[in-house]
Amino acid sequence: MLLTSFSFKSNVKKKLVDPVLQKNMKRFGGRFVIARAEVMKEVDNLEDIRVAAAAIRDGILANLDSYLITFEERAQARGTTVHWAETAQDVNRILIEIAKANGVRKIVKSKSMVSEESGLNDAVAAADMQVIETDLGEYILQLADEPPSHIIAPAIHKNVEEVAELFSKHHHTPRQTNIPALCREAREQLRPHFISADMGISGGNFLIAETGSVVIVTNEGNGRMVTTLPKIHVAITGIEKVLPTLNDLSTILRLLPRSATGQSITNYVSMLTGPKGADDVDGPEQSHIILVDSGRSRLLGTELQRALRCIRCGACMNHCPVYQNIGGHAYGWVYPGPIGAVLTPSYVGLKNALDLPQASTLCGACEVVCPVKIPLPELMRVLREQSFEQRLRPWSERFSIGVWRTMANHPRVYARFAQVAARLLHLMGGKKGLLHWLPGLDGWTDGRDMPAPTGKTFRELYAKRKS
Amino acid sequence: MSARDNILARVRRGLNLPGDVPGAERSEVLRAINDNARGPRPTYGWTDHAERFSLRSKMLSTTVDRVATLNDAPAAVVRYLNELKLPLNAVAWPALSAMPWSATGLGLEFRGAKDSDLVGITGAFCAIAETGSLMLLSGPDTPAAVSLLPETHIAILDVSRIVPGMEEAWTLLKSQQSAVPRAVNFISGPSRTADIEQTIIIGAHGPYRVHVILVG
Repeated sequence: MLLTSFSFKSNVKKKLVDPVLQKNMKRFGGRFVIARAEVMKEVDNLEDIRVAAAAIRDGILANLDSYLITFEERAQARGTTVHWAETAQDVNRILIEIAKANGVRKIVKSKSMVSEESGLNDAVAAADMQVIETDLGEYILQLADEPPSHIIAPAIHKNVEEVAELFSKHHHTPRQTNIPALCREAREQLRPHFISADMGISGGNFLIAETGSVVIVTNEGNGRMVTTLPKIHVAITGIEKVLPTLNDLSTILRLLPRSATGQSITNYVSMLTGPKGADDVDGPEQSHIILVDSGRSRLLGTELQRALRCIRCGACMNHCPVYQNIGGHAYGWVYPGPIGAVLTPSYVGLKNALDLPQASTLCGACEVVCPVKIPLPELMRVLREQSFEQRLRPWSERFSIGVWRTMANHPRVYARFAQVAARLLHLMGGKKGLLHWLPGLDGWTDGRDMPAPTGKTFRELYAKRKS
Repeated sequence: MSARDNILARVRRGLNLPGDVPGAERSEVLRAINDNARGPRPTYGWTDHAERFSLRSKMLSTTVDRVATLNDAPAAVVRYLNELKLPLNAVAWPALSAMPWSATGLGLEFRGAKDSDLVGITGAFCAIAETGSLMLLSGPDTPAAVSLLPETHIAILDVSRIVPGMEEAWTLLKSQQSAVPRAVNFISGPSRTADIEQTIIIGAHGPYRVHVILVG
């Protein structure tokens, strides 16, 4: 996917004044939040399950190589070909090699965020093959030639009018704005592709080391189609997606759909192990899995390793006041919201996504709802520290922090400064005691007034009380 | 060095593990997999699995019927299809061919599913009371697409096959099958989407209707 995270600030400015997006995001508002809160009431020991899920994920990451080797061995024993991709470009190369070797012309695809990292669809099209997104949201976006703006609700930024326009234009059908009718139209358009495609591509929510299987968690049924009907199935997923056992899968599945869409369970959980057997009447003849590193291994052994616990539910972005206002595209890469603010700088380089970890008040809502307890605000702070240490922040910011550091190290100077500043701000506050403007902080005071300090400083009061 | 070796080496270096290849930790990992510990689950506040399964199924927009014996199931299928004015032709799992269908007058074919099939009839390996999910295993007599391509999916399930949670379903699978099949599908209601304006629409790419006939 084309990276624009480096221009985050100007992306945001555009999104905030885009009336259609603002209206669509308002509608998005709290729906997932309310649904999640409702469905979590079914789980009387939610905290125990979250702790267990985080421990499962940490256990895998601590011995990731052993789990990957075990997974590979067992997947191969069942006839699956396991490919390893060091970079996003390698994903495209491997996929195209498999397709070319089998004379593939048409590919149907269910949702895969990892394939967005490498811009797989464009690479496949450039290799003269047709690739069709089949998840309804992804299909809409393929027609619109746009990337997803949410990891589980990719077309959340589009309204029914826009969908109606796209369908009528591309399907050459009368324009209709009835949502069930639009869904039926997409079904009828896509069904022939499922039947005629030579290859199906899916993501992989989980890899099971115990059985060498890939698990996909879906609602629409397109995931089942692309893994059942074409003669070749290729699953693309990150190396961190391993789970040890089927029992661990059961634990995690109590959290994933609930955290994501507010469902107790998704319509389909499909566990796929190898190609079809000699007597099977359906299923693919070939089964491939592409295990993708592409920056993930760099996080191991660092404070950011905990971000790799992520099971991609999207709860952090659903609950993020920043995401709710700017939408996913402003983040400028595959993963938006708080998890994107941590993963994007880690995968594409901090200097290319410098403002993402800054785009947060560290309110902590994301950490509270994360089913695997990723301390997202803490990880954003780690990235902020790194960007300061690597001298990536603007000189004005570094200068201000430098001044602050000097003062914080010299309490007398600090006390004197605070005393003078408090008096000065008090005078500036005038009769109403409100500051309409602060030097260097106009971004903040543009929308609100700061109450001016009154009376003495804390230090003065404390000194007086002690004496 | 292959891409595989490079990735595994980077993982080991990152994790600060000694040597180039896993030693003792590999056996620890295998032991953890074999131990196969169960995690915490919510309190199961029900006693009758069939009742709980029916309740949860209905919440998923699955309809549920109950008959006394397996021989009553074919008539229940016809009753359902007639009620909804659905076609009396169906594709069914070869595994169900021995049931007494002939008296029903249904046009049945026991095979894998085609795009043109409108009704698909399957059994289920088992079902899960906690969530109201059916667990289907693919196989020569139980092809996966029968529960996927038709607009209507009817599943026949013996109540003794309803287990409390997903963990028991795996245990049952391991005790009755030598290995996991190509596809294990947990089905929880008809296919759906909310990709346009977060409006939930029943019937996306898979079935519009799921009907379960409980036996016993």
